Amino acid sequence: MMEQAFFLILAAFAVGAALSVIIQRSPIYSAFSLIGVMACLAATYIMLKAQFLGAVQLIVYAGAIMVLFVFVIMLLNVRKEENTLDKHRYLWLLALPFAATLIVEVLYTILKVTSDFTSLPEMAKRPIIGDSQSIGYGLFTSYLMPFELTSILILLAIVGSVILARREKE
Amino acid sequence: MDIYKLIEWVVKIGIVFLILMHALAYIVLLERRLLGFIQMRLGPNRVGPFGLLQPLADGIKFFFKEEIIPRDADRVLYILAPIVALVPALTTIAVIPFGDTINLFGREIELSVTRVDISLLVVLALTSMGIYGIVLAGWSSNNKYSLMGGLRSSAQMISYELSLSLSIVGVVIFSGSLDLAQIAKEQMNTWWGIIPKWNIFTQPIGFMLFLISVIAETNRVPFDLPEAETELVAGFHTEYSSMKFAIFFIAEYANMVTASAMATLLFLGGWHGPFVKDFPLLGPVYFTLKILFFLVLYIWLRGTLPRFRYDQLMKFGWKFMIPVALANVVLVAALALFLF
Amino acid sequence: MVPLSWYLALSAVLFTIGAVGVFVKRNVISIFMCIELMLNAVNLTLIAFSSFYKEASGQLFVFIVMTVAAAEAGVGLALVIAVFRNRESLNTDDTNLLKL
Repeated sequence: MMEQAFFLILAAFAVGAALSVIIQRSPIYSAFSLIGVMACLAATYIMLKAQFLGAVQLIVYAGAIMVLFVFVIMLLNVRKEENTLDKHRYLWLLALPFAATLIVEVLYTILKVTSDFTSLPEMAKRPIIGDSQSIGYGLFTSYLMPFELTSILILLAIVGSVILARREKE
Repeated sequence: MDIYKLIEWVVKIGIVFLILMHALAYIVLLERRLLGFIQMRLGPNRVGPFGLLQPLADGIKFFFKEEIIPRDADRVLYILAPIVALVPALTTIAVIPFGDTINLFGREIELSVTRVDISLLVVLALTSMGIYGIVLAGWSSNNKYSLMGGLRSSAQMISYELSLSLSIVGVVIFSGSLDLAQIAKEQMNTWWGIIPKWNIFTQPIGFMLFLISVIAETNRVPFDLPEAETELVAGFHTEYSSMKFAIFFIAEYANMVTASAMATLLFLGGWHGPFVKDFPLLGPVYFTLKILFFLVLYIWLRGTLPRFRYDQLMKFGWKFMIPVALANVVLVAALALFLF
Repeated sequence: MVPLSWYLALSAVLFTIGAVGVFVKRNVISIFMCIELMLNAVNLTLIAFSSFYKEASGQLFVFIVMTVAAAEAGVGLALVIAVFRNRESLNTDDTNLLKL
């Protein structure tokens, strides 16, 4: 009961912050709303007993990626988004039906299907996963190949961003 | 959940909070007196015996100063910034263990506000949230010096966070745990009964890397670029006055205490010392003394070293610290593989 | 105990908000942030399924998604800076020449 109330509060915060991301005109406000969403999601991960990913969510997403966003916003000194709403009113007309379709579709599916999820008998017997040990074990056994490939991806990203952001010397 | 557990928590939170707040006030006094000693002057010694009431006077002064918000500042973010800086700085203390479990009133009491099995990651996560306070302050003041300070701090903290995390990896490999209490317990034994099994002896490179990066993370001399007085007036807190300014100060000193506690737990054996096994209450005393050592080191550095130039700072971070930290991880991993 | 469907619903709502944001936002950085929001929503689904089925794969996916998101943010923001240098604008309508 308590857990459900806590989840509802978190979810309300997350949805409110997410709405604020797209409503705010100033990118820095969007960025901080997004950090709020990420913090709420980290808390939900911990509720799901995935403490390791909860901490990693805060360290990587909120602590590193978003710092990068805020840094770029500050570097380019973007105070306000240009007001082009009148020119692009048709985008809202496109977006709202799209959103409505998406949400109705997904919620309908969830309501229709989830009743089967929780009743699997063998699930209760398995140990709880989500601590660093099970994640590490998985990464270095069955997911070793993707794990190693991400390191190549990161190397590529580093080289790419250095080349892109470098100023050409005359 | 029984009622005693709840009482235990409330009492622990209260005690830790009270001690921390008083300690922070007196660290400022210690810093001022010690800097005075280093610079061959007296420092504040008028209020009370040896200036011991100076923190009280400072607090009263901060409360009664005029509160100024610049006209063109972003009001919401301007007021939010000190809060964002302070909350993670104080929350971090909650997961730091300062002693072994003790027996009190017939109950086993763990000497930490709360025990998390990934406390090391929690500390890293919360300290990385602390940047936003500085960044927000720099952005919302609508002042070019503040903006420069905020920009510098975000770049500096991202850069040194890498070498900080990499230097910790070595310790994690050796102790095989992300729990700070467990890491400290691993360092309990001694070699030949004399030399303690502290991680500083097994990985001195990691310790040096950790110390340097942590000083950079807390924005202290010689890495205090975000508030470099000589070029940026006061950096990110140029426009702040009164209690808001004081809150930034408290957050900075709380971060210093966290950093010192981390250094102690990871490399100096935490609360271990002679006779702790017989008298567990000695643990917190040793722990405090070790933290004090690091705090004095911080102040000593401030009294001795000049400030880095910004490009030197970045070069040092990316071209020296990170390669050495990576090499150290490889070295420690190889050692762990062949020794155990 | 919070039922699985609640987590999925939250994730769906967040994903939709992110998608709408990509539609209506004109600033490159804001669009980017909406994409991150969508990635986060998907991560929530993966973790919810993973911990309800007690199967580690979902959480490992999330781990890899996070790495990819970090790489993407690095390259993407470098692109934003490069475009801003040439165009003096972050509005996506101004960058329609398919070259820098």
